[in-house]
Amino acid sequence: MALLEVKGLTKSFGGLVAVNRLDFHLDEGEILGMIGPNGAGKTTVFNLITGIYPPDEGDIRLNGRSLVGLKPHVITELGIARTFQNIRLFNNITALENVMAGQHCRTKTGALSAILRTRSQRLEEQRILQKAEHCLRFMGLYEKRHELAKNLPYGDQRRLEIARALATEPHILILDEPTAGMSEEESSELMKLISQIRDSGVTVLLIEHDMKVVMGISDRIIVLDNGEKIAEGTPKEVQGNPRVIEAYLGRE
Amino acid sequence: MKNLFLRLKSIDQRWWYLVLALGTVLFPWFVGNYWISVAVFFGIWALLGLSLNVILGYAGLFQLGHAAFWAVGAYTTAILNTRCGIPVLLTLPISILVSAIFAVLLTKPILHLRGDYLCLATIGFGEIMRLFLFNDPLGITGGINGIRGIDRPSIFGFAIRQPIHYYYLTMAFLALTILAMRRLENSRLGRAWVYVREDELAAEAMGIDTVQVKLLAFVIGAALAGVAGTLYASRYTVIAPETFSFWQSCVMFCIVILGGTGSIPGVLVGTLGMIVLPELLRDVLGEILQWRMLVFGAAMMVMMVFRPEGFWPSPIRRHELRIEEGGLAPSA
Repeated sequence: MALLEVKGLTKSFGGLVAVNRLDFHLDEGEILGMIGPNGAGKTTVFNLITGIYPPDEGDIRLNGRSLVGLKPHVITELGIARTFQNIRLFNNITALENVMAGQHCRTKTGALSAILRTRSQRLEEQRILQKAEHCLRFMGLYEKRHELAKNLPYGDQRRLEIARALATEPHILILDEPTAGMSEEESSELMKLISQIRDSGVTVLLIEHDMKVVMGISDRIIVLDNGEKIAEGTPKEVQGNPRVIEAYLGRE
Repeated sequence: MKNLFLRLKSIDQRWWYLVLALGTVLFPWFVGNYWISVAVFFGIWALLGLSLNVILGYAGLFQLGHAAFWAVGAYTTAILNTRCGIPVLLTLPISILVSAIFAVLLTKPILHLRGDYLCLATIGFGEIMRLFLFNDPLGITGGINGIRGIDRPSIFGFAIRQPIHYYYLTMAFLALTILAMRRLENSRLGRAWVYVREDELAAEAMGIDTVQVKLLAFVIGAALAGVAGTLYASRYTVIAPETFSFWQSCVMFCIVILGGTGSIPGVLVGTLGMIVLPELLRDVLGEILQWRMLVFGAAMMVMMVFRPEGFWPSPIRRHELRIEEGGLAPSA
């Protein structure tokens, strides 16, 4: 059984059908690239999976359990973490504190134990800190952990968002255009990191606008256009598909 | 002057608290009963400021009906004490509990509102509470006259009567509250409040139950306001609906905003400015004191223009409110 199963997913905004009867699945341990021209509905699919919008129709199942109607924080707790296309960090606190946010759903001490500083609370705080530092080190941001998020360069902010998502200890990591606005060098480095994330046992779903970026690291690719899936397969198969070429370059 | 100020600020906060604690213990030996009473008043208002600070400062929720929770605490103590004869200090846990329950009932339906809409709704429940006490539909709040004859508290048979007794009792509560708040700030829940205040959607996507976290801010803030209510009721032995009017909610709001949102020393400074300063100036200003609402209003406007983060802000808040400066440079 697939790790994540999407069936007949449909969402429209007013008269615009953003996602139309979309079916796809995500297997454990793979990197699935989702590409398509601007406005193809990629981000909407992500927002539907992570519970930001409810779908009009269709079902999303994680390990057989339906995610439809669950709140975003519950979906994150079940093991799906995400980044945002337009970076949404907590700007006025440090990188470290940003990443500590990810551990919130994996920990549980409340107000009373915090006020009493119980032993278990202090141990838990230590665990949160260690996990956050581990994620920062993994993304190469450890040295900058005490910088305010908003003072970090753009590329670091993108990586910090991934570190924060990893701190939720996800099964599935959903990346929404992680290389947007990056130089070629930065983005190829990020792709290496994403492969490493996969190798550490996290399944990756990757939205990209830029074909070149995904082709290199994706195990499979699905192509969206106007909210519909127009192609699916290995990077090679997709590249040669006439419908994909048409969607990107237009009809002659 | 500015350099001195910055240097004083760079001293570890713990030293400040030590000096403050020492000064607090010794203070009543150097002044008369009048100033001790003013200090008790200050202590109760500082508790109210700190309680609102949880909601407005930490979680960033605009709450302009905080007097309602203060009233719940005060009336719980007054009713239980005068009708059932329960000793004042034993009513304290009940006050806390009842205030917290009211917080859940009143704020759960409006938690999804944002910013100014939430603010309007809180003004609404503040007024409903006052009118409820005033009209006394259940026959327990004493209507316009309120409740009189509330007992003084006693600890293990030691009756607290003198202003100086109240002084130490109030300051003990204040010290405990400050300690608790400092710990809360640096905890999982404290951070969650920052995340929600910074970006609610991102916080939710990172697995934080934003509704629960906001509700907890209201519950903890209300519980603490309940403590202030119990202290107030037993200190003055008389309470009436007008004590808990919209104006009082505004004063608490000003204490937090002018002092420095989300900052414990800020709230203490704000309380000094809003509560003690008018007392200090009473003799000097005399008649002009009638204009104090006008003065507060003008002070609020000047602060919002020139120093929106308040007099003694938390570092995070300063960064949030001074976006255009966008750096680590201290604002001046």
